[in-house]
Amino acid sequence: MTSLMLRVAAAEPLTPLVKRFRFEHPQGAALPLFSGGAHVVVEMPDGEVLRRNAYSLISDPQDGSGYEIAVRREDGGRGGSRFMHGRVRAGDLLRVSLPLNLFALDLRARKHVLIAGGIGITPFVAQVRQLLRMQLPFELHYAARSRAEAAGLKLLPEAPHIHAHISEEGNRMDLGAILSGQPLGTHVYTCGPEGLIGAVAEAGARLGWPQTALHSEVFQAPPPGRPFAVVLARSGRTIAVGAHQSLLEALEAAGAEIDWSCRGGACGRCETRVLSCHGRIEHHDHWLSEDEQSAQTRIMPCVSRFRGETLIIDR
Amino acid sequence: MTIRFNDETFRDDYSFRNSAEAIRRFPFPFDKDDYMYSVNMEPHGTGGRAGSVFEKRFDVDEHYVAEMRDRAITLAGDPLRCQSLPHMALAGWDLLELIMQCKAEDYPELFQLHRDGDRWHWINRPLGIEQRFTFLDPTTLPCGPLEYVTRQAQGDFAVLDQREGNLWMDAGMVTSQADWSLDFDIGMNFFEWHAPVPKAAELGIFQRALKFLLAVQQGAPSRRLNWTMTVNPRLDTSPENYHLWGPEKRTITPENVGARQYLRVELQSFWRLPRSNALAFPIRCYLIALEDLVTVPKWARRLHRVIRDLPDELAEYKGFAVNRQIITDYLAQFDDGKPTSQGIFADE
Repeated sequence: MTSLMLRVAAAEPLTPLVKRFRFEHPQGAALPLFSGGAHVVVEMPDGEVLRRNAYSLISDPQDGSGYEIAVRREDGGRGGSRFMHGRVRAGDLLRVSLPLNLFALDLRARKHVLIAGGIGITPFVAQVRQLLRMQLPFELHYAARSRAEAAGLKLLPEAPHIHAHISEEGNRMDLGAILSGQPLGTHVYTCGPEGLIGAVAEAGARLGWPQTALHSEVFQAPPPGRPFAVVLARSGRTIAVGAHQSLLEALEAAGAEIDWSCRGGACGRCETRVLSCHGRIEHHDHWLSEDEQSAQTRIMPCVSRFRGETLIIDR
Repeated sequence: MTIRFNDETFRDDYSFRNSAEAIRRFPFPFDKDDYMYSVNMEPHGTGGRAGSVFEKRFDVDEHYVAEMRDRAITLAGDPLRCQSLPHMALAGWDLLELIMQCKAEDYPELFQLHRDGDRWHWINRPLGIEQRFTFLDPTTLPCGPLEYVTRQAQGDFAVLDQREGNLWMDAGMVTSQADWSLDFDIGMNFFEWHAPVPKAAELGIFQRALKFLLAVQQGAPSRRLNWTMTVNPRLDTSPENYHLWGPEKRTITPENVGARQYLRVELQSFWRLPRSNALAFPIRCYLIALEDLVTVPKWARRLHRVIRDLPDELAEYKGFAVNRQIITDYLAQFDDGKPTSQGIFADE
């Protein structure tokens, strides 16, 4: 994973729960450009623990002067967002990966329809800048509970084809209305809670949309769960995975060599062979097929967990 | 470092020659005495082995000027060798930036790139080109960005769109290919354009290779070597022109095999492009006559063993089954049966 040590140039609240961070090169060098929808992984040295969280870039993809992200504080989460909110100040140095895009625009589309729920707005902020610059037809629908919580409103330009649906104001998003009547060749992109992504998929299927025109990104942090143990076949060691730790983090803490990229179950880099499984793997990834998941011969350590007697993996 | 550019041809009288230096730095593709497909990727980029073709990101050698002249001839006869589907325009600019920037940084005495915002100034001394243009404005270049920059860069270039968990052959410049056609493959996905390759699908090679390629990251390019055999030093061994070069396979005799049979090696590299998220896939072709190759004893021994023991399907697919016995017999006289050292490089 190629990464750069960058300086926090600004850290400012957008809403009570969401903070914007800007990273710049300490010597002012230009950063690699990216495409709308790309994310970076930020490393957070938190005492004994090295946390790594993926965040969508919200700055202009064509602007190499800095990278910006928006972080929502998850008080029930594993601690990464609390670290960003509570500990990171302007002037700090943090290691940031180069951008990687698992949620790119399909540039063949005649029109792009972007649908965001809550903090799922972040990948679209950069995509909107890219679409405006390329002068491509699009519309964006952004659902939030209240205006005060809608961090995206401060990140998006004012434009007639950018729609905010604030449920507190009785203006709920009507997916059927959005998806019906779009021109042929339109592509739809959804980012937000699983429920929203499911609802768009369902409405799309009902209205006869081709599956390949529906794109989604679940913004997923590794889910906590019960502690479990895993045996590393190559060294014969047994390591413990804590309740708020992912298997990937436990492997890293134990010094195992393992490749990774998105840390959210989407990119496939950390895929690991399971040599023996007495119990049930809790698959949380979007990488393995249903067949591969039910075979229990592979696991994505970044998000998936285990319950049962023994799990032996090829690490 | 100065490069003396050869005045040579890759067709008709075939005046192409490798200097002693070009032979020394030839990318010999076999790291063992036998060959089977593998996902043999390694990191590519600055800091490759000094004096090798891996030293710079886009290797420029003594054949540069002649290869660009040969590309122009091929394009004049068949403009469809360069194509870009409409959604690939941004990727074409990404590729232009990548190549110009790498060439200017790696060969400052040959190439210069001056950037003032979107106003760029490009100087290519070997080809005598000076161009001022506006980045991302296609009206300021004599042709599209992909065609413009690849008329000035050795090797073929496939530009792959990434979507639906697959890669799509949606743009490219292909004039020095080992018998495949961009015009035929345009718009195909990774599995479709690899469908003619024998055995590899059963080995699961393509699934693994695709997973690897989908995850190639910016700033972390990779490379691999591929190979085949070609009669005469012809760059354009295309299906479109098979009638020109196919019959030449029948001209090989035990007397001329050393001079006219060439090992053809492709240095393939893989680059994530920033703005488009497309994958650039340069395929650089290196040719060496067997009589030049056998001047390196390790390569002579090893190539003999590889060709002798290759599965029949591969010799058939690579198009040299008809001359395999003559090639093997020729190489056998340079193989004394001694063990060969690890790796691809000649012994010091």
